[in-house]
Amino acid sequence: MGRIQPQGGSLVQKWIDGCRLGELRLQHCSGCGCFQFYPRIMCATCSGRKLEWVVASGRGRVRSFTVVRRAISPAYEAPYVVALIELEEGPTLMSHVVDCAPEEVRVDAPVRVAFERWSETVSLPVFELVRAGVR
Amino acid sequence: MSTSLRGKVAIVGAADTQVGIVPDASATELCVEAIMLALLDAGIGKHEIDGLVTCNSMAQPMLYHAEAIAEYLQIAPRYCFAAGAGGGTTFSVLHHAASAIVTGMAQTVVIAMADSLRSGLTRDQAMLMQSSTGHPQYEQPYGPTVPAYYALIAQAHMAEYGTRAEHFAEIAVACRAHAARNPTAQMREPLTVEDVLASRLIADPLRLLDCSLVSDGGAAIVLTSAERARDFAHPPVYLLGIGEGHSHEHISQARSLTTSAAVESGRAAYATAGFRPAEMDFAQLYDCFTPTVLVELEDLGFCGKGEGGDYLTSVGIGPGSSLPVNTHGGLLSHCHPGNPGSMFALTESVWQLRHTAGERQVAGAELGLLHAQGGIMSSHSTLILGRSAD
Repeated sequence: MGRIQPQGGSLVQKWIDGCRLGELRLQHCSGCGCFQFYPRIMCATCSGRKLEWVVASGRGRVRSFTVVRRAISPAYEAPYVVALIELEEGPTLMSHVVDCAPEEVRVDAPVRVAFERWSETVSLPVFELVRAGVR
Repeated sequence: MSTSLRGKVAIVGAADTQVGIVPDASATELCVEAIMLALLDAGIGKHEIDGLVTCNSMAQPMLYHAEAIAEYLQIAPRYCFAAGAGGGTTFSVLHHAASAIVTGMAQTVVIAMADSLRSGLTRDQAMLMQSSTGHPQYEQPYGPTVPAYYALIAQAHMAEYGTRAEHFAEIAVACRAHAARNPTAQMREPLTVEDVLASRLIADPLRLLDCSLVSDGGAAIVLTSAERARDFAHPPVYLLGIGEGHSHEHISQARSLTTSAAVESGRAAYATAGFRPAEMDFAQLYDCFTPTVLVELEDLGFCGKGEGGDYLTSVGIGPGSSLPVNTHGGLLSHCHPGNPGSMFALTESVWQLRHTAGERQVAGAELGLLHAQGGIMSSHSTLILGRSAD
């Protein structure tokens, strides 16, 4: 059994298509100007129906995190950092913080997006710590 | 609107099955056993039930669970459904059942919930249960475990308010101290903060002893109108306050990680009952993981926001404290068969308010607050129960 894959309708697919191109896509509401994630058929802020896809900057901060010490299945290798990332555009998403010792992760730490292969056809966003002096 | 429910219904029967590791009984059998025991406690026969509410079982799921239990019992209620709001199911069901009684949909409602998470799940069912929590597209792929979701809440609270792992550990210690006074509890060996902090990490900062048990067991109550309640064998326990709050389902969509919809749920319950937090003689707070109790203490007004850690070390929630919490031992030490978990907080509260709770009786208990949540601090429900309808 492999890692769990996102599956769903056309909105999910458009998001996955973005990930394959190295784009972290959000919806932007042309009615109220807010950004939203996860993608929906309506704006969850103003109920408007005019939503366009935009590419997020990929920068954000760790809103919270945990180090999973017992993996959910053999397809995941513990320890791994599950985090809630608040993007600079506003929305929060769940992800992994990668390429660091789990002990280095802190709440509020600045992060930036990277993409990791989840299957032959799917890549998903993960985040790396932005270290001082590195852009 | 729910003001009209104050003092209108009462619990007249309550019972638990054996809990803990009960391999000889299926989830269905535990549910029926709980009903039979609750009917015996109420002193009525099965044909007096005209309303039946259950929750589905993970070990023996059924498409129409309540109907299947009614069929097993060979009763034909006119009000019958199975609810699903995770851990919050029990008390939101009580809200619905009370409304059904007040509006005449049913006269005598049995609420029964049971499961056999410990003995009845196959490995595949257990895996599926864990991996099916979380948003299927945007959370599940990252492999969060159930403790991991609650760890995200704990970590955020620590960062925002300086709460420490020791504070969470105090909750596990207090629940165990209560359980030590409860002969039916699954875990009764005393614990220390050091024991909790020495147990293995599951999802930082949560350790094994911050996590609730995995159990078999069931419980049931009999609910009827306040007028009819006076004719039963035991003194009625009245529903005085009730409230709900539903803020999200998936943790990544939570408006706040550290303040929950227990605020709205509690506010509605206090408003219905006309009582304040300080007037409660005990509280049963949902404790699937220790941080939930700390957040609930704050959000239900037992201490200020961010002061939960200090409250736990300076005032405490163990036996003999000003507000004993989880007097039966809670999900952490009494038992936790999944969605039915809060049923045991309900039956325990009935016994506390009947003054029949034995060694763990809270002296002179007149009022108790019960709070449950389902999802990941998503779906909240609060009850205030009392010995008097006034």
